Parts: sequence; structure tokens; C-alpha cells
Amino acid sequence: MLVKSLVAVFLAAILTENYVLSKFLGICPFLGVSKKLNTAVGMSVAVTFVMVLSTAVTFPIYTYLLVPYDLEYLQTIVFILIIAGLVQLVEIVLKKYIPSLYESLGVYLPLITTNCAILGVTMLVLQKVQTTTAYEYTFGHALVNALGAGIGFLVAMVMFAGVRTRLESADIPKSLKGLPITLVAASLVALSFLGFSGFVNNLIPFA
Amino acid sequence: MANKTSYFKEFSKGIIKENPVLCLVLGTCPTLAVTTSAFNAIGMGVAATAVLMCSNAVISLLRKVIPDKVRIPAYITIIAGFVTVVQMLVKAFAPAIDESLGIFLPLIVVNCIILGRAEMYASKNPVIPSILDGLGMGVGFTAALLCMGIIRELLGSGSIFGFEVLPIQILIFILPPGGFFVFGILIYLANKLNTRAGKEVVENPCHSCPLSQTCKTSSFAQCKNETTDKEVTADVS
Repeated sequence: MLVKSLVAVFLAAILTENYVLSKFLGICPFLGVSKKLNTAVGMSVAVTFVMVLSTAVTFPIYTYLLVPYDLEYLQTIVFILIIAGLVQLVEIVLKKYIPSLYESLGVYLPLITTNCAILGVTMLVLQKVQTTTAYEYTFGHALVNALGAGIGFLVAMVMFAGVRTRLESADIPKSLKGLPITLVAASLVALSFLGFSGFVNNLIPFA
Repeated sequence: MANKTSYFKEFSKGIIKENPVLCLVLGTCPTLAVTTSAFNAIGMGVAATAVLMCSNAVISLLRKVIPDKVRIPAYITIIAGFVTVVQMLVKAFAPAIDESLGIFLPLIVVNCIILGRAEMYASKNPVIPSILDGLGMGVGFTAALLCMGIIRELLGSGSIFGFEVLPIQILIFILPPGGFFVFGILIYLANKLNTRAGKEVVENPCHSCPLSQTCKTSSFAQCKNETTDKEVTADVS
């Protein structure tokens, strides 16, 4: 039961509830850094890392600190400050102890603080705790959800980087060049992800 | 009198000339996510405008006190405070809007329009122009959202503000792909009008991102060019 629900949460986060293409979270990096494959992958790995880490910190703080003391209304301030602090901490730790990783991920970290996908994942997971009735939504589910969301971001970014390389050589009207055609292409990629709707529920049903 | 016209300029520039959504391409996430109906679009626009005006005012007042090094965290904290206030007000007085905006109401805190105006305008200008700048940008944001909302609601559910107008319903327009598509077409039209007026068109979403200064030191070649361009134009003006 536990494994089944974990797999369902993971697959749903990647495919049916893709944070970029169906929830519109993290659109700025999706449009901004998806031009080249290597920057797209670097950004996604950094986002995944921070997503899992910040969920691991915010989830216990919310359940064991904010809820018992009736401080739920402070959620927004507390979460954004935790994420900002965490990103800074990760940056310092990486710089000191794993310089090679810092070289490849460091440049993306400051951009991540104001990435709405991170704050979105940490907040949406708390709503899911209340709305999921088929099984108990635990800390483990929250972490798996964050990991899935990050991988979903990676999948969308990599796919879209491929689409954009093809767009470079396409002959398109002048006013459509750049952002407009990118958005129309994003619309088609999002359309393909609509095909997954209901997929996870049918694959792994909860009676 | 001269004062009055320049105040009006601060207010009006955000609506058309520097529209945050269509010309500066900021705040794309809420633009795409909450515009499934015209009513949601207005709710989001008004909430963001309130936060923008208040945070611009406070940041402008504190602009000489906040040390340069910690300015971004300081701005984020101020913005988060106002977002919480707005969130509680909306919950109390307009629960229907709270329901339909959902997660995007607290996410105003990471809306790049607000941080962008704090960084580019409020941190350098006195209070009254900053408030007017916030109001103008907010109205521009609301107008763009409303435009998207009306188009998507009309085509997607055949109604405007909930009143049935068209007998057809093209569901795809209120689904995510429709959001991307309508936004793309709107930017295309804005580009077309801009080129006709002899202005340069938006090519890169990093163009006016508040954090582009950070990118400048990093390896994003595309952002590098954009920021240097921006600095040049800022010097000229």
C-alpha cells in the first residue's frame, strides 16, 4: 500500500501534474534557460536539489511548529525565508566542500530563490495532506512528490530544449520570432502532456 | 504643474509603454495560470496591485537604510509581509476569489514584477513616485490579465464574467495549452504594434528580470547581452 501510493505520487508529479506544463509554476526558467540543453539540465538538477531539500525542511517546520501554535498564517513569510536561507547555505557549503559541483550548479542557485516552482511545491504538498483521503500522506510522500516535481521539471526542460533547437532554423514571420513562437511551441508541448491525464489513476487505482 | 505631469507619467508608463506583462514579460506564471476567467484575472490583478503599491512605498522609505548587500532578502521579507496581509484580507472578504486563485495568491511573493519594481524603481526614487509607479504597473498587469482572461473565457467557456455570450465552447482554451497559446499570440500582437511604432521587440524573457544582474556574472551568454543593452538604454534616458 505504502509503496503503491509512493509510486502513484511520483508518477503523478512527473506526468499528470507536471509543475511547468500543467500548473504553470517555474515558467521564467522554462522560457529563459531552455535554449541550450546543458543549461537546461543544469538548471533542472539545481531546482530538483533545492526542491527536495526545502520540502524536507519546511514540511516538519509546518507540521510541528506552525500548526501546534496556530501560526499557519505565517506560512508564506516563513517558507520564503527558509528557502532563501537554504539556497544561500547550499551555495556556501558547495563552494567550500564540493567545488566541482559548485562550478556546474552554483550559477543557477541565486536564481532559484525567487523561482515560484520551489515555493509552489512546498505549499501545494500541504494542501495535498488535507485533500488526500485514499491513503495517509506522510513526510515520505512529500519528499517523493518534491523529487517527482523536480524530475518533471527536468523532463519538460529537456524536451523543450530539443523543440527550441529545431525552432532556431525554422522560417517564421519576424514579429513571431523569439518569445511568441516559443510560447506557441510550449503550448503544443503542454498539449502532449494533456494526454497523460487520468493515466496514473487508471494505472494505480486506489479502491 | 510640471510636477503633476511627471507624476502622471510615472503612473501611465506601466499601462502601455512599459506594460509589465506584454512588454517587459514579467510575472508569466500568474498570467498563464489564473486567466481561465475574467473574474479571476481581476482578482489576481487587484491583489498584486495592492501588494505592489505597499511594498514600493515601504521599500522607497527604507531605501537609504537597507544595506546594498542584503537588499534582495530584505525586499522579499517586506513583500512577504504584505502578501500575508492581502491573503488574510482576501480570505476574509472574498473567499470565492481565494478559492479560485488558490496557491497563486501566496505566490505573489515571488512574482518578479514586484521584486523587479522594488529593485529597479522603488530603491532609487522617492515615495510618491514609487507609489504611482506601483499603481501604474499594477493597473498594467491587471489590464493584461483581464485581456487574457476575457479571450480565454470567451473562447473556452463561451462567456464573459460568467454571462453566456457565445454558443461555442472550445475547452482547450481554458486548459494549460490554451494559456501558452493565447499569451504567445498577445505578445506577437504587442511586438507587431511596437515594430510599427519603431520600437524594439521583446526577444528574451530575461530582458527585465530583476535577477539579471546575477546572471550577468554567470555563464548565461544570452542574459549577458540583454543586461548590457539595458544598462546602455538606462544611461541614455
